[in-house]
Amino acid sequence: MLRLKINQKERIVEGDLDPATPLLWVLRDHLGLVGTKFGCGAGFCGACTVHVNGAAVRSCSIRAADMTGVEITTIEGLAQPDGTLHPLQVAWIENDVPQCGYCQAGQIMSAAALLAQKPQPSDDDIDQFMNGNLCRCGCYRRIREAIHSAAKAGGNSHAADQQHRDVKS
Amino acid sequence: MMVHDDGTLTLESVGEVAAVSDRVGDLSRRQFLKLSGGIGGGLMLGLYLRPVAAQSSATADPVPAFVANAFIRIDPDDSILIYAKNPEIGQGIKTVFPMIIAEELDADWARVRIEQAPIRPDLYGSQGAGGSRSVAANWTPLRQTGAVARAMLVSAAAQRWQVPVSECHTEPSVVVHAPSGRKLRYGELAADAARLPVPEMAKVALKDKRDYRILGRSVTGVDNPKIVTGAPLFGIDTQLEGLSYAVYQKAPAFNATCAECNLDHIKSLPGVKDAFVSAGDPRVDAPPGIAIIATSTWAAFSAKKQLQVKWNESPATNDSWTGFVARARQLAKQPHGESSVAKLGDVDAAATQAAHNLEAYYQFSFVAHAPLEPQNTTAWMHDGILEMWCPSQNPDTGRNKIAHAFGLPHEKVVVHQTRVGGGFGRRLMTDYMGEAAVIARRFNGPVKLMWTREDDMMHDYYRPGGFHALKGSIDKQGKLSAWQDHNITFTADGQKPVFGAGARADEFPAQLLKNVHVSQSMLPLGTRCGFWRAPNSCSHAFVVQSFLHELSVAAKADHLEFLLEIMGEPRWLPPADARSLNTGRAAEVIKLAAQRGGWGRKMPAGRALGLAFHFSHAGHFAEVAEVSVDSSKKIKVHRVTVVGDVGPILNPRNAEHQCIGSVTDGLSAMLALEVTMEQGKIAQSNFGEYPLLRNADAPEVDVHFIESDYPPTGLGEPALPPLAPAVCNAIFSITGHRIRTLPIRNEGFSI
Repeated sequence: MLRLKINQKERIVEGDLDPATPLLWVLRDHLGLVGTKFGCGAGFCGACTVHVNGAAVRSCSIRAADMTGVEITTIEGLAQPDGTLHPLQVAWIENDVPQCGYCQAGQIMSAAALLAQKPQPSDDDIDQFMNGNLCRCGCYRRIREAIHSAAKAGGNSHAADQQHRDVKS
Repeated sequence: MMVHDDGTLTLESVGEVAAVSDRVGDLSRRQFLKLSGGIGGGLMLGLYLRPVAAQSSATADPVPAFVANAFIRIDPDDSILIYAKNPEIGQGIKTVFPMIIAEELDADWARVRIEQAPIRPDLYGSQGAGGSRSVAANWTPLRQTGAVARAMLVSAAAQRWQVPVSECHTEPSVVVHAPSGRKLRYGELAADAARLPVPEMAKVALKDKRDYRILGRSVTGVDNPKIVTGAPLFGIDTQLEGLSYAVYQKAPAFNATCAECNLDHIKSLPGVKDAFVSAGDPRVDAPPGIAIIATSTWAAFSAKKQLQVKWNESPATNDSWTGFVARARQLAKQPHGESSVAKLGDVDAAATQAAHNLEAYYQFSFVAHAPLEPQNTTAWMHDGILEMWCPSQNPDTGRNKIAHAFGLPHEKVVVHQTRVGGGFGRRLMTDYMGEAAVIARRFNGPVKLMWTREDDMMHDYYRPGGFHALKGSIDKQGKLSAWQDHNITFTADGQKPVFGAGARADEFPAQLLKNVHVSQSMLPLGTRCGFWRAPNSCSHAFVVQSFLHELSVAAKADHLEFLLEIMGEPRWLPPADARSLNTGRAAEVIKLAAQRGGWGRKMPAGRALGLAFHFSHAGHFAEVAEVSVDSSKKIKVHRVTVVGDVGPILNPRNAEHQCIGSVTDGLSAMLALEVTMEQGKIAQSNFGEYPLLRNADAPEVDVHFIESDYPPTGLGEPALPPLAPAVCNAIFSITGHRIRTLPIRNEGFSI
C-alpha cells in the first residue's frame, strides 16, 4: 500500500506495487488521473510533467514509492477546487494553443512551475525552461505567447495556491 | 435513452444515438432521417445520403456507398448538439465541421455543444482523416445539412404565424418575422420542425459568404477546455472496469516470426496474466509477435523487457540503408530508370541545343512519424461484440478489416473514436487496432494494448527514403527547356512503389514543359512504408524546388522570375479538375510570398532569403525563408513567410496554426530526422536518437492567405513541402554550398 498526497488530497494505492513503478503509471493506471501523459518513458519529451513540491518533474522517471510525504500536483489539480482555471489554462484556450493537444498538460505544468519562479519570464527564460517539453505539432510559438499573456494576467498563481493550502489546513 | 418531462429526448451515449438513427434509417429511404417527432419536443436531423444504386449492397459493405453524414439535435431549451464525424488529429476538424453546419443552421455558437460521432460509415460516410481532404469532401454536404435544418425551422415558424416563408429570416438560433417583429427561438420550434417533411437537400438555399457569422472568424478548439484540465480524451485515456494491459513485442525486422522465446518465464512474472506467441494476422495488418497481458501498463512493460526471443528471418532482414545508398548510386549511372513514367518531346535534342545542361543527384532518408501519443487501442470481446476504443485516422477502415477477417457482422465491431494525439499519416494505418483485436479475441476481458515509444519508432510505416538523378536544360533564351528525373525508389511487391513513394507523370514541373522524361527504378524493400505528412510531396518538393533553383542560378535568372516564367499563362493542369495545379493561383502565391518576405532586399553578410513553391493536396503554397549560417555551419531560420491559396479560410487562427505547424514539422525533419536500418532493424528507438525540433529553434512564421473563391480545401499538409527547399536555397545563397541530402545534418549543417 502506498499513501500519496495528490492535488491536495490523500490518495491510497492498494495492493502490492512493484517498487520501481514510475509515478506516471500509478497516476494513470491506479488512480485514474489520465491527464498526465505518456510520451517516451525516458524523460525526453515532458508529456508526463507534474509538480512535486512545486517543482516540475518528469513523472515517468521517478518512482511513486519515493513520493510519500511530498505534495504532488497534476494537471487535474492545477485549477482551483471551485473550477476557476489557472491563468495559463485560460491563456491556452484564448490563444487556441493546442493542435493535437497531447503534450499540452505537460507544457502547462512546466509553464506553471516557471511562472511560480519567474512571474514575468523573457522569451529566453521560456525557451530554456520549456526546452524539455516536446510539441510534435509545432505549437511552440503559441505556447510562448500564451505564457506571456498568462504572465500579464497575473499568471503566478503559486501564491494563490499556497494561500489556498493554508486556508485548507 | 430517457424521455424527460418536458418531452425532450436524452440519448445516453453516442452509440445509442447511432442505434436509434440506424433504426429510423432502416425504415426510411428518404434522403434524411428524422427523429423524435413522436417522442418529444426535439428536432434531430441526420444527413442520410445513401445513393439509390447502393441500397441493395448496403448490407455487404456500407463504406463505399456513402458520401457524407452529420447530426444536428436541437432541444426546447435552445441547446444544439452537433456531432463531429471525422477523427480529430490536431487539424481542427472537430471544430470546423460543426462550424460549417452551425453557420448554415444560423445557430448561436454559444449554445452549440459538440460530440464526436460514433464510427458508423453507413450513417456518416467516410470517417477518415487523411490527404487534407476532409474539408473539401464535406464542405457542400455539411452546409446543406445545416441549411436543411434551418429551412425546416423557418417553415415551422411561418406555419405557426400563418405567414409566408419568404417574410421570415433567421438570426442566431431565432426565426424572425420582420413585418410583425415577432420572433421564435429555435428551441420553441424544434418540436414542430421535427414533424415537417424534409426538403430536398440540393434545393435548399445556402448562405452568401457575406452573411457568415461563424465561418471566417476564429473559434478556439472545442476540446481545449478538456485538454487544459487533463480530462480524458485520447485513446490512451480509455478506462474500463477490470481493464488489463497488454504489450506486443514484434521482431526487429518486419514480419519475422518467433523461433523460440522464454514464454514460461514471462508468464511467471509478477502481474502477468497471460502471454502467447502470435503468428499475427495480415488481414488486419498485425505482424507476428508475442503478446503479454498484465495487471498494469508497468507490469506489462517490465515483463516485455524480460523477453528473450530468437527471431526467424524475413524479407526485411535484407534491408540495409547503407546498402540502399550504394545501390542507388550505381543505378543512377543509368541514363534512365527501368520504367518510364512520363515521356514527352525530345529531351536529348533539347539538351543538344541548350545553353546550359545541369545534372544533380539528390537523396533523402526514411523518417518516422513519431506522434506523441504512442499507438494504443483498447479492445473488448464481449456478448459477441468486439468493442474498441482507438485513436485512429482511419477507424472505419480498421473496423472493416477486422469485421471481414474475423467473420463478424459490421455492427458487431463497435469502434469508439477518441481524440488522436498526433496523426501525421501514421494512424492511417490500423495495424495496432489489428494487434489489439488479435489479443482481445483470445483474452477474456477488456484489454488496453500499449506501445512503448521504442515500439512506435521501430515499427512505423516509414516515410520512404529515395534518390533522384536529375538533368535539366536551359535554352539560349534562359528558359527551362527540358527536364529529366530518374527516381530511384522502393518496392515491396516488385510491381509498384511502396506507399508514399514513386514518380508521377504530372509531377511539377514536368506537366508544364515540352521535353520531359520521368523514369523510375525500384529497390526491393521489406520494411513497412506509409504516408508521412504530405506524402511524396514532403520529399519531392525538396528535390524539385532545389534543382529548379540550381537551374535558375545556371540561367543567371532571378529565382522568382524563373518560377513565374515556368508557370506561364493561368490554366488548370490537368484541366477540368478542381484539385489540379492552377498556374494562375501558383503565380499569385509566389508573387505575394516574395512581396511579404521582402524578396530582393539587401541582406547582411551571412544571411539570405530562399524561395520555394509547391503544389500539393490541392493547396498552392509559396514560402520565403530568411536564414543565416555561421562559420561552423550552424544555421538559424529567422523567419518564414508563408503564402497559401486554399480558397476561403474557415477558422483563421486554426488555419494559421496549421501552416505554422507544417513549417515547424518541415524544419524539424529536414534538419536532423532520419531512420536507418541494418538487417531490417531500425537504429533509432527514442527521441534521444530522433531529435525533434525543440521550442527555441521554432522559427517565426508569418502566414498570409489569398482567399480565392474556389471551394475550400485542406490545410494539414500543403504548407510543409516548400519549407525544406526554401531553407536549402537560402543556405546556397549564403554559402555557395548546394544541399542535396536530407537531413542536412548529413552535410554537416546543424541548428
